[in-house]
Amino acid sequence: MSSIVIVGAGAAGIAAAEVLCAQGHRPVLIDEAERAGGQGYRQPAPDLALDMRRLMGSEAARYEALHRRFAALTERIDYRPRTLVWAVEGGTLHLLREGRAETIEATTLLLATGAMDRIAPMPGWTLPGVFTLGGAQVALKDQGCLIGRRVAFLGSSPLLLLAARQYRQMGGEVAVVADTTGLAAKARALPHLLASPRTLLRGLGYMADTLRAGTPLLHGVTPLAIEGDGHVESLRLRDAAGREHRFACDAVALGYGLKPESQLADLAGASFAYDTDFRLFLPKTDGFGRARPGLYLAGDGVAIGGADAAEASGALAAYAILSDLGKPNDAAAIPLMRRVVRLRRFQRGLARAFAWPVAQIRAQAAETVLCRCESVTIGAVRAAMAQALGPVEVNRVKAMTRCGMGRCQGRVCGPALQEIVAAATARDGAAAGRLRGQAPVKPIALAAAGDIAP
Amino acid sequence: MTSVQFKRVAERRGARVVLTFEGSAITATSGDSVLAALLTHGLLVRRHEFGDEPRAGFCLMGACQDCWVWSGHGGRLRACTTPVVEGMTLFAQPPAARDE
Repeated sequence: MSSIVIVGAGAAGIAAAEVLCAQGHRPVLIDEAERAGGQGYRQPAPDLALDMRRLMGSEAARYEALHRRFAALTERIDYRPRTLVWAVEGGTLHLLREGRAETIEATTLLLATGAMDRIAPMPGWTLPGVFTLGGAQVALKDQGCLIGRRVAFLGSSPLLLLAARQYRQMGGEVAVVADTTGLAAKARALPHLLASPRTLLRGLGYMADTLRAGTPLLHGVTPLAIEGDGHVESLRLRDAAGREHRFACDAVALGYGLKPESQLADLAGASFAYDTDFRLFLPKTDGFGRARPGLYLAGDGVAIGGADAAEASGALAAYAILSDLGKPNDAAAIPLMRRVVRLRRFQRGLARAFAWPVAQIRAQAAETVLCRCESVTIGAVRAAMAQALGPVEVNRVKAMTRCGMGRCQGRVCGPALQEIVAAATARDGAAAGRLRGQAPVKPIALAAAGDIAP
Repeated sequence: MTSVQFKRVAERRGARVVLTFEGSAITATSGDSVLAALLTHGLLVRRHEFGDEPRAGFCLMGACQDCWVWSGHGGRLRACTTPVVEGMTLFAQPPAARDE
């Protein structure tokens, strides 16, 4: 019997495991987190007095159903929480669990590694008190904490409104919700957003909530600076009419949509293509999630689609696995594929309504820090590129400037670096190249890696 | 304006855990992440290797690696994904920087 390994116990990984179990398989499900659910359906520890039903709002039923389904599944799979996959070499996965290294062989590998926030740098964004938008939600759902007493939500994402609503519900003060995409661009994206009316309505509901609560809600802003002495004290921005505002706050949640955690897909041999809507290099798959023989990708780790698409694409990839093992089930797979296509089309609409602020990033001053790990400024990257025979491709720029070479491996600075490099060469984002993934995909102790180094 | 970063809004039932950060005792609850314990008591988890500036984590989901703190036993741990343990001794800087 073939060994099927799924990496990631979020909506996609759980849905995949469920389909495989129903056909008599016992997949290995590896997850870095303590508890299953991924980021979107993150579950607090039982000892935390948090009303998740209230926090999840319209998604509460789905949240509860997913965890119920997972609970029914745990005995029938080989579930390995708190386990990091730090490298993939051929069919071998290198794991780290509680400081101990081990390997596992996978003849079939399904990566459902999820996504993290995409970040645009700005003056002051490395100050303590600035967190990602996803981080603001993790602090709440995982730890029962708000990232500050008075929080500014800045970026371009429908999740700014969702997080601000959750913060208000929990007694937090929201200084402002500021979106860099203007209302006109949002209106133009509306036809695409009709691909998922339910999600569109939910988004409009969040907007109405924000206005009802009296929270300042600005569209088309230009962020100027996050200011403070050793920690966040205010956010300064220019509104769409050109007026400057300063919002006193002690924390800022930053988010410009999501980017796939595609490092393992890279190491596992997936090929990538530049997506002009998302302005990201994304792993290539067929309509079912096949990346290459034996390698399947699902969820936000391959194409941003949100929790519903992740769940459907996980089940879909599982049907592709079953089909490749000689048990096709088109009756189940085809409707799922249609659903994934529709939901991902909706996300393309969202990528326009909540645009990555290319012009703002390119216009950043030389002093703005681009790489927070290695403290590399945008000016340092521009200067390296401006030299005679200077680099014109992101991996070369990384080698010369250390931008993207730090502990996060370019997860945070990568998309902005892409734009800075593209701007300096007057080319499009695709021509700037793609930061290559390297093992270990996250820092591990040398001693642990040494146990099993080839 | 403020001397701690995080505001706790949901109580946690669990055993009391005492750890130290930069020589000061911090009382947390079993189940808290190191990051939550440090930021409900202060404004930073470490000082950056280049330039000494304070940092307090960023993504909180184990991706950005901004919140590594130094352990008194040598080595580092990622504060956002590490639960507190009784008697932990933590520092904002590596031993060499502390001795200077």
